[in-house]
Amino acid sequence: MKHTIIRNDEIRSGVFRMEFDFADIPTPGQFVMIDCGGNTLLKRPFSICDFEKDKMTVVYEVRGKGTYNLSKMKISDEIDVTGPHGHGFDIFDKFNNIFVVGGGIGIPPLLFLSKKLKSKNINIVLGFRSDAFLIDEFSKYGNVLITTEDGSYGMKGYVTDAMKGIIKEADIIYGCGPKPMLNAVKDISEKYKIPCQISVEERMGCGIGACMTCACKTVTEDGYHYKKVCKDGPVFWAKEVVF
Amino acid sequence: MSLKVNIGNLEFKNPVFVASGTFGFGKEYSQYVDLNKLGAIMVKGLTLNPKEGNPPPRIYETPSGILNSVGLQNPGVDGFLRDELPFLKKFDTKVIVNIAGETIEEFVTMAQKLDIDGVHALELNVSCPNVKEGGMAFGVNPNSIYEITKRVKGVTSKIVIVKLTPNVADIKIYAKAAEDGGADAVSLINTITGMAVDINSRKPIFKNIFAGLSGPAVKPIALKYVYEAKKAVSIPVIGMGGISSAEDAIEFMIVGATAVAIGTYNFINPTCTMDILEGIKKYMNENNVSDINQIINSINI
Repeated sequence: MKHTIIRNDEIRSGVFRMEFDFADIPTPGQFVMIDCGGNTLLKRPFSICDFEKDKMTVVYEVRGKGTYNLSKMKISDEIDVTGPHGHGFDIFDKFNNIFVVGGGIGIPPLLFLSKKLKSKNINIVLGFRSDAFLIDEFSKYGNVLITTEDGSYGMKGYVTDAMKGIIKEADIIYGCGPKPMLNAVKDISEKYKIPCQISVEERMGCGIGACMTCACKTVTEDGYHYKKVCKDGPVFWAKEVVF
Repeated sequence: MSLKVNIGNLEFKNPVFVASGTFGFGKEYSQYVDLNKLGAIMVKGLTLNPKEGNPPPRIYETPSGILNSVGLQNPGVDGFLRDELPFLKKFDTKVIVNIAGETIEEFVTMAQKLDIDGVHALELNVSCPNVKEGGMAFGVNPNSIYEITKRVKGVTSKIVIVKLTPNVADIKIYAKAAEDGGADAVSLINTITGMAVDINSRKPIFKNIFAGLSGPAVKPIALKYVYEAKKAVSIPVIGMGGISSAEDAIEFMIVGATAVAIGTYNFINPTCTMDILEGIKKYMNENNVSDINQIINSINI
């Protein structure tokens, strides 16, 4: 399906915000597959940063050939997009005190999640290496805490440093970010016995659960099982993910 | 216009199949493709017991291709019979079950379990490059190919297809070994072994170091192997390797393929099989071909 680009701006060095027309309503944590053109072959998975009536937003960092091509696309260019795919975050009415924890380019899908959470008591902890992005948008939905590794913005350190002390009260934690961060967030959730859902990333082929390439190692009663990030995930309960 | 092709005693409504490992067990793609319109579905390779496969990463894009190292993650033959076959039986297409034994005995046991209604053919996977036991280790030895084919033929009423690896010097010997063992057809190519390196860590991308290359990049190589295999045997050949268009599919049929299987391109365009089928019909119309069999093995040298 062809979709028309409405916007494709660099919001921070190397990070772009793209909007395109899209009709199928996603849930937070789901993703789309985009044909990035040029001489790329496979579609690339992108988390959904926001969705309003017939308009989808993805925020991506230029990392390789695909995202580079995408960053060169102009308003009114058409892109081939499939989705929404996958199993996103589960939202529970019973939980009041919610922690949303993100790191780096794992942060965008948490914006759509934060928007859809019904609780008024939401702490959003966002970690960056240096320059931050999407802060104003997140501020609409909760109390935002920023950490940067170099201390250039907010608190110096990692998201896990900012979580210390205040996390005990949490009813649930939602996380997305690099693997070491997710692993650390998982540890904290286990220490304080707080339910925790995390969105993981893996290189994908088909995006619909057929090719078995995007494997996520999960614990089972008698060992482990590779689940499909594209279909069973990308959101899993942290307690089942093996890092 | 007739698109029907025959392999052994089995008639297929058309020669457009989907390749094992690229189409799961059909469920996922059924939202994109009317499975009734496919000539056959070659299901994900099965092992006797459930198998977890290799640690990620399992896929890496290369120019016009992909390297994969899935390592045959699958629910096992019993899991397939319980959870997957009932769904496939609802469709008017042929189900070709790809089996990958770690031993000859496992091939025999699986063939026996699969000798049931709803399974139309077996594809013997003696060519997976991503597993330690079985797979390509069998496929690079003509005696193993012969032995496995013969033993499986002895216990099954289904037609038997042997899937060959291109990672050999002379494909003709291996195709002939399958034919001598009693195979009803050979299918080729499985993936070509390759590797990729992370230049920052200087480590291989894949834990197994080597992985299997597929996609448009391998098509000319696959075409040559199909052409050579067809010259070596009198049984039908099923051609596969990088097919992305009707033109590609027709090329394979001209060099001798009775049917073709689409693999990697399903990932890129989930409805490509339908485009390929329509394209073949258009070609037949434009070239006054009333029967698809007139195209097969029609190359002018």
